Amino acid sequence: MNLSDPTETFRQEARELLDQLEAGLLDLEQDPSNADLINSTFRALHTIKGSGAMFGFTAVAEFVHEFETAFDQVRKGQSAANGALIEVALDAKDHIHLLIETPETEIGGGDDILDRLRAVISGGAVPAAAPKPSIIEQAAKIEPVPAAAAATWRLEFYLPSDALIYGTNPLLLLEELAQIGPTKVTALTGRIPDLATLDPEVPHIGWRVDIEATDPTAAIDDVFLFLRDNMELTLTRLDTVEDLAALPAPAPMSVNAGPTVEPIAPAAPAPAPRAKAGPAAETADRAAASSLRVPAERLDELMDRVGELVIAQARLSQIAGLSSDTALKTIAEELERLSSGLRDTTMGIRMVPIGTLFSRFRRLIHDLSGELGKPIEFITSGEDTELDKTMIERLADPLVHLIRNSVDHGLESADKRLAAGKPAKGVVRLSAVYSGAEVAISVTDDGAGLNTARIRAKAEENGLIAPDAKLTEQELHHLIFAPGFSTAKEVTSLSGRGVGMDVVKRTIDGLRGTIDVASKPGEGSTMTLRLPLTLAIIDGMLVRVGNGRYTIPLAAVEECVELPEGIEAHAKGRNFLDIRGALVPYLRLREVFGTTADPEPHQKVVIVSSGEGRVGLVVDQIIGNNQTVIKQLSKLHSGIKSFSGATILGDGTVALILDTAHLVASGQSYVDRNITGRAA
Amino acid sequence: MSQTQEHMPSSMTALTIRLDDELFAVEAGRVREILDLVPITEVPNAPDFVGGLINVRGRVVPLADLRVMFGMNRPEPDKDTRIVVMEVDMDGEPTIAGILADKVHDVTDIEAASIEEAPRVGMRWRPEFIRGIGKRNGGFIIIPNMERIFETPGARTAPVAASEERSAS
Repeated sequence: MNLSDPTETFRQEARELLDQLEAGLLDLEQDPSNADLINSTFRALHTIKGSGAMFGFTAVAEFVHEFETAFDQVRKGQSAANGALIEVALDAKDHIHLLIETPETEIGGGDDILDRLRAVISGGAVPAAAPKPSIIEQAAKIEPVPAAAAATWRLEFYLPSDALIYGTNPLLLLEELAQIGPTKVTALTGRIPDLATLDPEVPHIGWRVDIEATDPTAAIDDVFLFLRDNMELTLTRLDTVEDLAALPAPAPMSVNAGPTVEPIAPAAPAPAPRAKAGPAAETADRAAASSLRVPAERLDELMDRVGELVIAQARLSQIAGLSSDTALKTIAEELERLSSGLRDTTMGIRMVPIGTLFSRFRRLIHDLSGELGKPIEFITSGEDTELDKTMIERLADPLVHLIRNSVDHGLESADKRLAAGKPAKGVVRLSAVYSGAEVAISVTDDGAGLNTARIRAKAEENGLIAPDAKLTEQELHHLIFAPGFSTAKEVTSLSGRGVGMDVVKRTIDGLRGTIDVASKPGEGSTMTLRLPLTLAIIDGMLVRVGNGRYTIPLAAVEECVELPEGIEAHAKGRNFLDIRGALVPYLRLREVFGTTADPEPHQKVVIVSSGEGRVGLVVDQIIGNNQTVIKQLSKLHSGIKSFSGATILGDGTVALILDTAHLVASGQSYVDRNITGRAA
Repeated sequence: MSQTQEHMPSSMTALTIRLDDELFAVEAGRVREILDLVPITEVPNAPDFVGGLINVRGRVVPLADLRVMFGMNRPEPDKDTRIVVMEVDMDGEPTIAGILADKVHDVTDIEAASIEEAPRVGMRWRPEFIRGIGKRNGGFIIIPNMERIFETPGARTAPVAASEERSAS
């Protein structure tokens, strides 16, 4: 992304605004009378319109303008924010999104949406209950402007006092106004102060412009796009030429002068007599946001630099450790403290609360609920849980799949639920919690649970398992992640095409995470994703196997024990350790890596865990803890599953990082094979 | 990359390196730097061709041994051994890799006229790995087809996964 490309900046901003808009609309569905929500929704729309026009997205600006006009009725309390309105508004939001993402293509359907929107608005109008409209509004309602008839409009405006400083040229504005229709311009000089107090940088002159046009409101709006917020502006429709003449020239506009249609100016602290209070919220909300928009690449670059610093610092510490120079030792320690602080801060910058992701799913649930006719309650928790930004981005798709799956396959129809003695409304829960150095994200539904019999039948049919294969419940559950697997009898637009769950698995693997499935027939199922907090730097435990040094993510390490001597002799190939009564399988990394160097006489076992499983890794030596900057392996080594990456040690050599999830899985399958083998 | 018949290379500025007892030419423009031998971290279960990783200024870079691909002898590293860090296209993606060279000679221009297509027969190397053969001072210089050599990681890693499976169980 090029930061200097204003269009891209606009897109980015618009995306966020659209998200806000969507969230606002969904909230509004729950709480239709909340004025704050209505206002914030309106503001989001308004900003999109303004910046859309500014960056040449005219289609966007026009559409949003119509949308805004319709929605204004809601804001004024003349129409209620009911379900139907929210539905259309969401469609409209999607349409805006399309317009913004692909401005060069023609996108139809906009008018249709607007028609629906207007229909809903007028249908839902509550004239009797409406808050007492002001004189202006009444006038406007009683005497709507005949659409086709041209009329003379009187526009009077005073520019904000800082307009000249920011480079506004009043002449250009007048020229733009002249393009709307034939104009007659008069300068209002009444506010020019004495020469002594005159500030030449402040525009003291106001302008009265009489325009002949059918309805110049929108066009005028556009002309003053950048100035509107602080300027005084009134627009009135003059019916006859007599009216024009009758008005005292320099006097401020009177409300009674004619049927005023929608005064443009928002709250202006000016003496302009306006019967209606402007949308005060608009100004109130302009509190300075103290956050900064930074391209993600710069953060990545910063992270890389910090990574290099950590490596350099590790080398310095190593040299200082060997030296007897206390001054050097002091500074090395100082630097270590500083660099680890810098590391934490930098990683903190990249952390984003997962709530930003969760809010996207509310729309998904809303749509799914409508499409499938299943009433759904969506509950989220742990929105504050922070995860690396890249991770959050890459989690979006897998979570969409999991949620769809829960809604489509998990939740039963309302009738079936009632028959099973459950409330008609199904519940889908999305939660995130920290667990150690991992984050566990789970999608839970209170549906029918996984149907193991059907999974087995389907897997046999697809040739994924042998017909008489003995599988544990857990293994059966995991079959749903096999490529090409789907138990849905019919393909719906949502799921059942057999793609999806395997993609979920692959994405999560790619993030060094794991998936657990728990399911109880009749009670529902839970899919839990366990993910490392960050992809960049972790604490590691350095071990030696043969001549090679390897790093084990410290978060995965449970404990270290000595490998009992002579265990080979009576184990007879069964590689299990007794850890306080629990059988833990172990892998000899020397064998896994094909190491030929002589083994240490006293081998150590590092017990690592991932999800539910545990495995012991037999190593020659445990060297110690270190900060590990994770470097991805190139494609040349992507086929080697035992390693999740590499890191650079203090002495400048490269050490591989063990992929504990993979090792635990291979250890676990070893257990299952042996236990089933013995049982058979 | 799926093109079977590459164009004959035009004139090139090449870095000449020696592998075993043959002279090779790699495109000088893609060479990032030439390093003395650095500690190499062995990647267990990786194919011999890319069996190691090295640290190049804080970057973890795979080390490739072209001699494996050409079925050559692999003499032990000596004082002439160097690592040529260069950009190679891996399935169309530029990747930094180190190439082990028994000796690095010089940078030279190879005239288009002196480059011939590799003969399809009578060669002890797989012809698809060779883009052409240049002549200089009465000797031959092999111009390897780096894109081809670094392509198809799937084919190379398949037996690895199998061996890993075996040792894991």
